[in-house]
Amino acid sequence: MDETQAGVPDTVETIVTSLKHKPGALLPILHGIQDHLGYIPDDAIPVIARALRITAADVHGVVSFYHYFRSEQPGRHVVELCRAEACQARGARALEAHAKARLGVDYGQTTTDRSITLKPVYCLGNCATGPSVRVGEHIKGRMDPARFDRLVDDLTTYKLELN
Amino acid sequence: MSLRVFVPCETTALSLGAGDVATLISREAEARGLEIELVRNGSRGLFWLEPLVEVDDGTGRRAFGPVDTADVASLLDSHFGDDHPLALGPTDELPWLKQQQRVTFARLGVTDPVSLNDYRATGGFDGLHNALELTPQQLVDKVKASGLRGRGGAAFPTGIKWQTVLDAAGAQKYIVCNADEGDSGTFADRLVMECDPYMLIEGMIIAGLAVGATQGYIYLREEYPLAHRHLDLAIARAEAAGYLGNNIQNSGRAFALEVRLGAGAYICGEETSLLESLEGKRGMVRAKPPLPAIEGLFGLPTVVNNVLSLAAVPSILRDGPEHYAGFGVERSRGTLPFQLAGNIAQGGLVELAFGHSLRELIEDFGGGSASGRPVRAVQVGGPLGAYLSPAQFDTALDYEAFSAIGAVLGHGGVVVFDDSVDMAEQARFSMEFCVEESCGKCTPCRIGSTRGVEVIDRIMRGENRDANMALLEDLCDTMIQGSLCAMGGMTPFPVKSAYTLFPEDFQRQGGEA
Repeated sequence: MDETQAGVPDTVETIVTSLKHKPGALLPILHGIQDHLGYIPDDAIPVIARALRITAADVHGVVSFYHYFRSEQPGRHVVELCRAEACQARGARALEAHAKARLGVDYGQTTTDRSITLKPVYCLGNCATGPSVRVGEHIKGRMDPARFDRLVDDLTTYKLELN
Repeated sequence: MSLRVFVPCETTALSLGAGDVATLISREAEARGLEIELVRNGSRGLFWLEPLVEVDDGTGRRAFGPVDTADVASLLDSHFGDDHPLALGPTDELPWLKQQQRVTFARLGVTDPVSLNDYRATGGFDGLHNALELTPQQLVDKVKASGLRGRGGAAFPTGIKWQTVLDAAGAQKYIVCNADEGDSGTFADRLVMECDPYMLIEGMIIAGLAVGATQGYIYLREEYPLAHRHLDLAIARAEAAGYLGNNIQNSGRAFALEVRLGAGAYICGEETSLLESLEGKRGMVRAKPPLPAIEGLFGLPTVVNNVLSLAAVPSILRDGPEHYAGFGVERSRGTLPFQLAGNIAQGGLVELAFGHSLRELIEDFGGGSASGRPVRAVQVGGPLGAYLSPAQFDTALDYEAFSAIGAVLGHGGVVVFDDSVDMAEQARFSMEFCVEESCGKCTPCRIGSTRGVEVIDRIMRGENRDANMALLEDLCDTMIQGSLCAMGGMTPFPVKSAYTLFPEDFQRQGGEA
């Protein structure tokens, strides 16, 4: 038993311990882990299962059901493109094709330099000023291929502040 | 007095640069030695004018927009003068705003969303104070008398739902707010949570008092980070001020509230799937009965209401149910916030009493398409709502009139497409979305959607078109009749409307783009 725990970062233990008493604790725990680590490591699953007295299969089933949870470390930035109807009406399909070509990845993949993971999202609630893109906490409206290229440049360039 | 300058802190305004505009206004004012008070208000919901900056020198608020960072210096140089090119005049006189009936959204963009003082100064918590004087049955009766119907899409009378929970026996009862606003083209819930979070909190406390529930959960979609931040802040402040907790305003009554985040699953907007998710499980749809009102969260009596339903409650308790019922037509009482989205020139939030026409909404408020091309199709009510053609634009905006033409008003989202839209592609997307988002519990939805994509692909390639159209029709009927919930049961609505109203898009020759 203890061997499995040995690879699990302390953060997982701390988060599980602090949240396991909540009713319906599994989603809050998974959010807590992904917020801290960027993903849900496989090693975390038996730890969670034991704390909540459910099976590892139950935990895995939940992680895999929800689009937001991921089992692998993403790139430095996660860029989400809205694919839903309101953004389609403003050119999201063309933007999507451009973004995949520019980054050289498909949805769910990470660029070779590990800088950007591209994901689809179905509605960011920014439907009157689409197409919309989300990077972390930030949502950007009226995205077009040229603005997307500038966004990618910004995300992949380390800026030196001179003043 | 010093000049008050309002720059919205709301997702759409921020997505168009409001954050940078606010920073720059502070910096430029300081550089000029100009004393200003910068207020981060919510959005007025006039999204094509965002970032919409307002100023008040003591004579009333005046609007400027859309403001780019490049405009800030000249705005300050002109002392926000009425002759500045971006000047729009007094905000309350903007026709787009003036022609609306803002009841639920009266505070939208007016106040600082997380300021308790702003909320109280604009009638906030008056409804709660009235509610604390009433018995649970009297409270439920008020909501019944208002005619309020669920704003999530199904339009079930809210008072009846509350009565069921009030009458149900249970050691613990719950109020669950469905804030999983996943329908494309909708953002009214988000606006409530980002721009007027105390209104939702107050509505949930009143619901708790009405049915005897002491615990509430807001199930919020993960895609709304700013709503999350504002709600958490507002809940903490409401707790500190004694509106939440074990002794609400010294009444001896208790109500606790917590935000729970979803994780990117559209199906969790379906109430039983949402409850499963809150319990920490996969969001698999439950069979009904039992109704959540009887056996809901953790098997206990639970009110599950949409954000807008709960947000309407404080004004019903403050101004009386008759006031609310005074808006609207027939069985569609009150107001509905329509959300103009997609390819629309003047998109945003339009709160109106029921009974106006779709054409007024699209042409008068919306100003037609953003691209300037003719409007060809409109999808109302989210990804499960039917597409409508311009011939149907005179339909009245009420639940019954929409139902009569096989469409749904749903959550009031209106997504406009111009004539460059390919309706076969849209039909294919509806099926593809169902493939992505089906919980997988029932076969018509899980397998039907996958087969739907394949059949539409064959039709688009021109293979055995007549046979495949017949197959698609058959498949749609199977999904409608055989699915457990609205996901599979309504996905065919946009598909059927697409091939019925726009058959030419399904008849291209193979290979033709």
